[in-house]
Amino acid sequence: MSNATTSVPSGLDAGGLDQLSPDVRSYWQMVGFRLRHDPVTLFFGAVILFVILAAIFAPLIAPKDPTLTSMIDRLKPIGYKDYLLGTDELGRDMTSRLIWGARSSLLMGLMPVVFALLIGGALGVIAGYVGGKTNMVIMRIMDVFYAFPSILLAVAISGAMGGGMLNGLISLTIVFIPPMCRIAETATTQVRGLDFVEAARATGGGTGSIIVTHILGNVLAPVFVYASGMVSVSILLASGLSFLGLGVAPPTPDWGLMLSTLRQAIYMNPIVCALPGVAILITSLSFNMVSDGLRQAMDVKL
Amino acid sequence: MVTKEKSADTKARAPSVEVVPPGDPRDRGGPAQPMFMVRDLKKHFPVRGGALNRTVAKVLAVDGVSFEVVKGETLGIVGESGCGKSTLARLLMHLIDITDGELIFDGEEVGVRNGIAMRDFRKAAQMVFQDSYSSLNPRLPVEDSIAYGPRVHGMSKKEAKNLARELLGKVGLRPEVFGPRYPHELSGGQKQRVNIARALAMSPRLVILDEAVSALDKSVEAQVLNLLRHLKRHFNLTYVFISHDLNVVQYISDRVLVMYLGEVVEIGPVDEIYAKPKHPYTRALLKSRLSMDPDERMDEAPITGDPPNPINPPSGCRFHTRCQFAETLCKTVAPKLPEGARPSDHVTACHMYNQTAGHSLFGKVPPAFETPVAEPASSARVAAKA
Amino acid sequence: MLNYILRRVAYAIPISLGVTIFCFALVYLAPGDPLTRLLPDDATAETIALIKAAYGFDKPIPIQYLNWLGRALTGDLGQSIQTNRAVADEVLIALGNTIIISTAAVILAFTLAFVMGTVAAYYNGGVADRVATSVSVLGVSIPNYWFGIVLIIIFAVNLRWLPATGMGPGGSEGFSIWEWSSVKFAILPVLTMAMVPIGIIMRSTRSAVSEVLSQDFVQTLRAKGMGEAAVLRHAVRNALPGVLAVMGLQFGYLMGGSILIETIFTWPGTGSLLNQAILNRDIPVLQGTILVLALIFVMTNLAVDILQTAVDPRIKRG
Repeated sequence: MSNATTSVPSGLDAGGLDQLSPDVRSYWQMVGFRLRHDPVTLFFGAVILFVILAAIFAPLIAPKDPTLTSMIDRLKPIGYKDYLLGTDELGRDMTSRLIWGARSSLLMGLMPVVFALLIGGALGVIAGYVGGKTNMVIMRIMDVFYAFPSILLAVAISGAMGGGMLNGLISLTIVFIPPMCRIAETATTQVRGLDFVEAARATGGGTGSIIVTHILGNVLAPVFVYASGMVSVSILLASGLSFLGLGVAPPTPDWGLMLSTLRQAIYMNPIVCALPGVAILITSLSFNMVSDGLRQAMDVKL
Repeated sequence: MVTKEKSADTKARAPSVEVVPPGDPRDRGGPAQPMFMVRDLKKHFPVRGGALNRTVAKVLAVDGVSFEVVKGETLGIVGESGCGKSTLARLLMHLIDITDGELIFDGEEVGVRNGIAMRDFRKAAQMVFQDSYSSLNPRLPVEDSIAYGPRVHGMSKKEAKNLARELLGKVGLRPEVFGPRYPHELSGGQKQRVNIARALAMSPRLVILDEAVSALDKSVEAQVLNLLRHLKRHFNLTYVFISHDLNVVQYISDRVLVMYLGEVVEIGPVDEIYAKPKHPYTRALLKSRLSMDPDERMDEAPITGDPPNPINPPSGCRFHTRCQFAETLCKTVAPKLPEGARPSDHVTACHMYNQTAGHSLFGKVPPAFETPVAEPASSARVAAKA
Repeated sequence: MLNYILRRVAYAIPISLGVTIFCFALVYLAPGDPLTRLLPDDATAETIALIKAAYGFDKPIPIQYLNWLGRALTGDLGQSIQTNRAVADEVLIALGNTIIISTAAVILAFTLAFVMGTVAAYYNGGVADRVATSVSVLGVSIPNYWFGIVLIIIFAVNLRWLPATGMGPGGSEGFSIWEWSSVKFAILPVLTMAMVPIGIIMRSTRSAVSEVLSQDFVQTLRAKGMGEAAVLRHAVRNALPGVLAVMGLQFGYLMGGSILIETIFTWPGTGSLLNQAILNRDIPVLQGTILVLALIFVMTNLAVDILQTAVDPRIKRG
């Protein structure tokens, strides 16, 4: 026992050879590393970036005014005159309308998910951490909304409240709150039972402090991955609402709305009529692929 | 020994870590007052079932446990897995609600309004969890995990970080190398050192170690055990050491408490319990130890079957279903630990040692071991001697 | 087991009640006086008074809800503003038409997706796997109503093989699943509808089968000299209950989510009914249809859960 009396007893130094490698990698650094080496995710991430840039700089990029009609140049095919992608049923330039349409489609894809992430995520973390009756009340209410297929719920709320972008935004947010809440609740419940949370409680940490320091960091990954997948669903639902006349009102260029109005013209110019759908497909596919890549990089099992 | 320790320490010591002299200013009741008194502690978990999800049964995880922890000692708690050891650890830390009973920390009751404030209690008592993948927050550098407790108690970010690094040094990890690391970059033994540092960051007086070395390799286990012994002296700590490993408990403990199905069956000084175990359960446990000495090896399993279900524990003495000395009396009357025993006494809850109970073997219990029990050839002991 | 079923049924009751509360509240979500939402614009003062008394708009909201619920339970979902017919009748007829295409779509999707998913799992990482995975990602990324338009463009506009819209000359009364003259109208809607479930069922088949194939007992079977076909049969049998459950849930989604596809193909199901109700702001029809669809969804989920527990004893639920 004599050697145990020095301050760090010899032989108790646990570093060993390990001390030679000083590079430290946090979880998020690892995620970044994996993403940088995943060409597929990078590619689709670039596509999303491209769409976002197009949406932001639409006034600069779009060759024509997206609302400028022309009675002579209606439903012209791809490459007609200087209409790169043809014209729609009112003779408006499809290229410009598709570029401008990225704005409302992205907005309706991202905003509901962001709001639902904040509201549903917060509810889920509270339900998961507090547990007991709080959990029961929150989760049972969520279950009621789970009793509707998502498109039906969106149509019900939008249909009752009437069309318009704001109503569409509200109804889609309500659609995404329950799944977001459930994911956050599941993740939180799992983390809450882990020893390091008990250890934090044992050191006297309060609920708020423990949630911020120990829960959020561990819940973020699954919730974030799930939310990224929801963006694709949100884009599809939003364009669906617009298609039904429950989303963005004309003449605002919106991919779903464009599909709806061009539908009458499929006998005359089918290719041009299909274009907004291609734009929706590319965007939603890109978000799905990036979500998949994130899930792998973050090592999340949903 | 004290002077030697001091001279070696001067370099490493910084003002933020208290090295507590024998007359600890935090001490309230003097050495005679127990550090921790546990009175009739109970924890019953409801079992839900049926169509309406009602409580249909109770798991008696901890059922009427009483003991004292003397200041400065190491009290070992042993028992099979599922006997309620880990529940007891969490109850002692007040991490789960107590069904019934009292916890008195240095004269002040825990978890009541006019007792010790929970905030103060959680500084004075700390817990080291079993090393597992979940004992450290995977998203935080380990120094942040250590600094979390002091931060919660109002220490500045910088101070807390300095303290964390200093404690890393105390537990044998180079601060500048290991501080910024994440748990997945550490080995099991290193993580367990971090866990210990995290507990020490609160300058506790009592540390509850729940299977703190059980998941480690034997060689690493020995290192960590020696570290724990060293830290105990250095920081003037009192330990409650919970483990299923009899050798480890023998090595580190001053006194030992044996649990069976949520109850205390025997408690006493370590040497007495290991040399002359009284309760048939303790005897069986000790006999079942693996031994390096061929003469010590058992030919038959001294205890048979799995422990009974704690939802419906056996009537009378809970051990009677597996006890070779059981009589009708044992099936009906539950034996109790003798009241008024001092911490230095070796007592058991068994009718065979109670004159008034009426067990036929009173005074005639055959000795547990033919010869005095040999020193365990555990790696811990070997490493300690090396 | 019986306990679980009872508990699961008991659990569905508050959910269903919640659904009715939500549907009842839809009237109040609509802008303006709820009364005007329930009445045609040219309603006489007499009708207004009648409706007002019948719906009890003078009473407190909880009482209104209970009255409404009581009527709904006896099958009275109110009257359509547009057609003046009972909502329950309209929903019932539409429901039959939706069931026709949802059932066909889910059977088609299951057949295709299960085969493709199994093949993908068996040739894990191979070409077939990649194709299957791509198809399943496409299936969930594609705006299915757009896919419907593309199908119309190809098969109705260009090739002229199939009719673009409608249900045939006889409408829903004249429709028979045994006659080509009827069935051809259903083909494009069914194909479109099957797109999403194909993606989802394939994904779950792939993961279920490959999970079974990676288990130890499969190695044992191979070691015992069992042929690959037999091994695969084993894997499929083990994966089937879980995939069937996914299929059941998908059926519920199709039933409730048919609005876009039915609108594209003007298929006279619940989706078209909903769309009409939205266009005409016919709130009683909207409310009634959504209530029925949501309750069907709840019941489907319940049935799937119970059947799965019955079929697969491995699923133990406390």
